[in-house]
Amino acid sequence: MSNTHADTVLFVRDTMLPQKNPPSTSVGAVGWARENLFAGWGNTILTLLAFAVVYYLLAGILPWLISPTFGAESLTECREILAAKGVGSHGGACWGVISERWKQLLFGFYPAEAYWRPILTFVLLFVAISPVLFADYVTPKLLWFTALFPFLAVWLLWGGSLWTPVTVLAGFVVGAVFLSMGSKIGGAIVGVIAAILGAVLWWAVAAAPLASGLSSVVEIGLLPVESRDFGGFLLAITLGVTAIFGSLPLGIILALGRRSDLLLVKSLCVGFIEFIRGVPLITLLFVASTLLNIFLPPGTNFDIILRVMIMMTLFAAAYMAEVIRGGLAALPTGQYEAADALGLDYWKAQRLIIMPQALKISIPGIVSTFIGVFKDTTLVSIISLFDPLGLANAIRADGAWTGIYWELFIFIGVVFFIFCFSMSRYSMYLERKLQTGHH
Amino acid sequence: MSDLATQREIDRTKMQVSDEIAIEIVNMNKWYGTFHVLRDINLTVNRGERIVIAGPSGSGKSTLIRCINRLEEHQQGKIVVDGTELTSDLKNIDKIRSEVGMCFQHFNLFPHLTILENCTLAPIWVRKTPKKEAVETAMHFLEKVKIPDQANKYPGQLSGGQQQRVAIARSLCMKPRIMLFDEPTSALDPEMIKEVLDTMIELAEEGMTMLCVTHEMGFARQVANRVIFMDQGQIVEQNEPEEFFNNPQSERTKLFLSQILGH
Repeated sequence: MSNTHADTVLFVRDTMLPQKNPPSTSVGAVGWARENLFAGWGNTILTLLAFAVVYYLLAGILPWLISPTFGAESLTECREILAAKGVGSHGGACWGVISERWKQLLFGFYPAEAYWRPILTFVLLFVAISPVLFADYVTPKLLWFTALFPFLAVWLLWGGSLWTPVTVLAGFVVGAVFLSMGSKIGGAIVGVIAAILGAVLWWAVAAAPLASGLSSVVEIGLLPVESRDFGGFLLAITLGVTAIFGSLPLGIILALGRRSDLLLVKSLCVGFIEFIRGVPLITLLFVASTLLNIFLPPGTNFDIILRVMIMMTLFAAAYMAEVIRGGLAALPTGQYEAADALGLDYWKAQRLIIMPQALKISIPGIVSTFIGVFKDTTLVSIISLFDPLGLANAIRADGAWTGIYWELFIFIGVVFFIFCFSMSRYSMYLERKLQTGHH
Repeated sequence: MSDLATQREIDRTKMQVSDEIAIEIVNMNKWYGTFHVLRDINLTVNRGERIVIAGPSGSGKSTLIRCINRLEEHQQGKIVVDGTELTSDLKNIDKIRSEVGMCFQHFNLFPHLTILENCTLAPIWVRKTPKKEAVETAMHFLEKVKIPDQANKYPGQLSGGQQQRVAIARSLCMKPRIMLFDEPTSALDPEMIKEVLDTMIELAEEGMTMLCVTHEMGFARQVANRVIFMDQGQIVEQNEPEEFFNNPQSERTKLFLSQILGH
């Protein structure tokens, strides 16, 4: 209190106070510890108690984890090693199963001499998604590779003639040509219809004979690998990545459709979303593995992994649509009005104004859905595909490893955690990057 | 209410009303559901006119100017802007929207884009202006509203008054022939109202056709050549500002003016 104030009501400050440093006990490491760990007696006791619990848990778990059993070739051998160490036959983990079977857990029954193909695909996957994930640091020219990557990945993983993906890719070129010709002749709608018809016709009639014709002239191919040989994390990642990158655009379209004024579009989207969300994923997977064949013409061999991919993508897209719809609903109507008032048409407004903001709002929900989808790939063990968990069961059926549980599940859990945690960290990076408020 | 927006003399050399019609509204009616918001609106705006629309809240004044660029759809009557009639034809709507600029009460800048990007977006994507030219135009108008140094900041980093001036610059970048203002100063602190009004006055001095929904009666007195008073979805009274303020005719207008000028 100023002395002036005591004498009279009139108060005029003639010097402004300079800024002072805060007391040293409220900043830095000391300040942090005081505020968070030792703020008062109760708080201090809880902190010490928490330290004790953490110590007790680690003291129990760490010796079990750090167990010198990497060389063991069976559970019995493990127990002998542990008994010789004097920690009791159940006193340590049996890592022999991981060192013997880790390749199988990663690749399933994929032929060992072709392991380089999934590894290369995995590395190229990061090259392909880098211009999308880190647009600030990677040249946008790389987006061409991103567009080509799905075809390259399919060829590398499943093998066979190079000409098959090339002719399929050519279908898109045919579509593009029809689109530009059609829109010149009869406007945008005619163009789109012509493009779809042209591409479908190409795939149905021309693609297969052309591919076999070309491969009879120049044979470029890789050893074909059957879908049934895919397994482990190779299968989980293949399914997960496809469902993740397929569901986002599909989810955006469904979310926009659900908010559309066109009754037909709206009802279709609402119907689709509500149906898919109302049915358990396992049911859809059963439909994919058994029922779908009944509806297809006899003799069609529709690849099982492709069927599962489609089902998982549709399933994830329905959830994605609702997450994105939440983001759209959170945008103030003023943004739509400002875009309209500037003369932007619907698609430009969506692309430039609405979606960038709605997707940013939805990032936590979108990434949660991604992580959920990735973990849901383990459900395919129900329809006897060998995802990591399915493989774990298969390994335990082997006489040498009967009775082993923890080690396999810990390994699988750790690998899943690395992927899911990276996604979560990336989403936080993205949220920070897109933060423009500075309020 | 601040009675005088600015102390300086207003340069009226270019503030001339021509005979050319900019906006023509004939027997226009609009309903929200069963609620009759706009009733038999007839209004002709000549090029170069500066019209202030006043009235109590809920009188339909915002809805009226939002009909002019079809942010709201009218159900009966005719609205012709710059010789193009507003119908459900999307091409006409987009054409009119790119000729008519609009400023909102809450600015509605795009928070994910920088100030400069806010200003260049529509010229680049709607007018197909080359980027370099769009940036030059944007900087020109940002200088005009006196915030060129903020060009690379985001809207969230600017004060309300600055944001509203950016919003005006963003509209001007489309080189509109008509500007609509929907309560541009209602969300601002008193200290910031003046800077926005000054910008609007400068715009009027250049001969822009303007329709402003506002409670700034000082601005209306100084700049407007016509004041329109609306109540219950109808135009109750319109007159030149001097006459409107000194000699209001209808009882409703007298009551309104006594309430907003009386303290």
